[in-house]
Amino acid sequence: MALFGKKNANYISGKETRKISRENRRITGEIEKKRNRKNIPEQEYITAMKNPDNVVEFDNVHTYFFTDIGTVKAVDGVSFEVPQGKTVGIVGESGCGKSVTSLSLMQLVQRPQGQTVEGEIRFNTGKTAYNIAATPTSVMQKLRGNEMSMIFQEPMTSLNPVFRIGEQVDEIIALHNPDLSKQDVKQRTIEMMKVVGIANSEGVYRMYPHELSGGMRQRICIAIGLACGPRLIIADEPTTALDVTIQAQILDLMSKLKDQINSSIMLITHDLGVIAEMADYVVVMYAGRVVEKGTAREIFKTPSHPYTIGLMRSKPVVGKQVEKLYSIPGKVPNPVNMPDYCYFKDRCEMSCDKCSGHYPGVVKLSETHEVSCYRYEERKEAGWLAAEHSGEAGKTVDNMGKTEKIVENNGKEGTSNE
Amino acid sequence: MKKFIVRRLLLGVVILFFVSIIIYSIERSLPTSYVEGKARAMSQKQGAKPYDELVADLNASYGLDKPVLPGYFSWLGKAIRGQFGESWVWHQPVTEKFGSVIWYSFALGLISFLLEIFIAIPLGIISATKQYSRTDYAITVVALVGISLPSFFFATILKWIFSIHLGWFDLYGIVSRMHEQMGSLGQLLDIGKHLVLPAATLTIVSIGSLMRYTRTSMLEVMNADYIRTARAKGLSEKKVIYHHAFRNSLIPIVTILGNSLPNLFAGAMITETLFQIPGIGYTGYQCLVQGDIPFTMFYMVFLAFLTLMGTFIADILYAVVDPRVRVN
Repeated sequence: MALFGKKNANYISGKETRKISRENRRITGEIEKKRNRKNIPEQEYITAMKNPDNVVEFDNVHTYFFTDIGTVKAVDGVSFEVPQGKTVGIVGESGCGKSVTSLSLMQLVQRPQGQTVEGEIRFNTGKTAYNIAATPTSVMQKLRGNEMSMIFQEPMTSLNPVFRIGEQVDEIIALHNPDLSKQDVKQRTIEMMKVVGIANSEGVYRMYPHELSGGMRQRICIAIGLACGPRLIIADEPTTALDVTIQAQILDLMSKLKDQINSSIMLITHDLGVIAEMADYVVVMYAGRVVEKGTAREIFKTPSHPYTIGLMRSKPVVGKQVEKLYSIPGKVPNPVNMPDYCYFKDRCEMSCDKCSGHYPGVVKLSETHEVSCYRYEERKEAGWLAAEHSGEAGKTVDNMGKTEKIVENNGKEGTSNE
Repeated sequence: MKKFIVRRLLLGVVILFFVSIIIYSIERSLPTSYVEGKARAMSQKQGAKPYDELVADLNASYGLDKPVLPGYFSWLGKAIRGQFGESWVWHQPVTEKFGSVIWYSFALGLISFLLEIFIAIPLGIISATKQYSRTDYAITVVALVGISLPSFFFATILKWIFSIHLGWFDLYGIVSRMHEQMGSLGQLLDIGKHLVLPAATLTIVSIGSLMRYTRTSMLEVMNADYIRTARAKGLSEKKVIYHHAFRNSLIPIVTILGNSLPNLFAGAMITETLFQIPGIGYTGYQCLVQGDIPFTMFYMVFLAFLTLMGTFIADILYAVVDPRVRVN
């Protein structure tokens, strides 16, 4: 019995799998049935924004994947807002739920396994506010590409290889502007291509995706994304697959175009440099939860969650000599069967006794700066906040002396872009 | 492209040469010999020469006294000039016999080919878009049954149900007893009616693999990034599947279909024999059993030629559907 005594967390028997998948089918079947009803009444998905200046409000969103080895809580109670005309950066390691958060907003999560089971995603079109989690697909199809659009991570594979570039841009313009004539659509396509900086737009119009370089393809993807002047652009690691010079161009282009059509950007990346460059607000995610959020200035100057601090330290800093670049020990925990204590505890270098308790609640460090960490819970007394945030790098946490310098450096970078 | 075509054609000629050598040597070494059969029959007659002498005479007159290689080259020499000789069994030129039977095979092949495409591809798409649903499992089971069970089994089952029990169709043949008295439209319908069961057999047997191919290729495409892009544009699910996904999943399917296109002329030996449809498959089978070397040689080399054509057409079609291949 000793051989089988200890249960391996990574092993489950066939019997268990079958039980889980039967249970999953029941749950997802129910949700799908509810979603696929005909004529869903409007009041079920029309809602009101908490703050009409926001384009998107994520309110306690849970997106789960029902897999055969258990439920993966990819997004587990995420709340943040994207204000009109601002850029919100979402950072975190791979597998932290950044992409799934944005896919939930587009309702592009792989169904039926992936479902947004709880919470509201309120999307503001200016006239009406939709609760995306409950919006039927037919209505979503009018929002996607038109009011919100997405630029994907992989420009090399996100264009259909068998259709011409022009056709693919035309498609989205014609779809959301049915009154335009074919000629006008083409006109607009070529105009969009010029906007994103494609010189030979007439020629590229007739090319196939494989004839373009990665940067050109990403420009086309951006042209597709911006073709209908959306209120929100979701950029899912738009520069990860590109080389550094092209990265800068693409980022420049995006922030320029964003201002032109006055839309907001949700920028997903794990490149802190990109965030510093682009973002007004930063949301730091870890294992499907928001661990810290605030303005870019706050996050870069006074990173408070140990994970954010670790992220900042693991970024190379210009002019600073180190033997070996820091990296946070360990890896993101297995998303099935998460424990009920701070998910970062096992990797945290600053964990204390209290960290073994329940998952920490949200602590407000300032109007805009929130963090989920026990280290700040006791400091709720009035006054300390002001003291902490008044000075430039005035962190007084004892064991943070080491990070002081980096924080300062980041602070400078942050300010220069504000 | 021109260079590519020329190279493929030259390669094809070389392959055909070696394939025909192999076929000829095998035919010469077959245990059934037309000459021996004929000599045996002749030696039974009264006043006939002894068997051995007859065999030697016949061998000489049919050109079988030469060894295999010289025999092959004398066949090749004529074949290049388009002379495939006279069929020993049918006593008429090989090409003439071929021309008179091929159209039955072609009709049968075309009907089942079209049915296969129009049934298997939609089923594959449905099965892929509703992956792991009850519909998917049902379609998959039917397809696997089709793949696993041989055509002679299905033919027998169909005959048993529709000919013996229900009496809707004849058991054998391509025409019914009253064929000669019918009008031209009636004759056509009569032939059509006799092709129902063989076509059904061929279709059931071939649907499975094409459906599985479609499903696999569709599933692969449905998970591609550009499908997500298409959805993110706000396209309807129908447009995403039938425009964006299907066009891409066509690439492997077209290769398979292009490959099987020349097989329309190849005949279905087993099914034709079971239903005694006088197509090229059944005729070829009869000649093969009786050792009719000229006809079998022609049929076999023709099959080899069709196979080469199949891969050639598939390569060309590949360039047609996939713009990435077109450049080089």
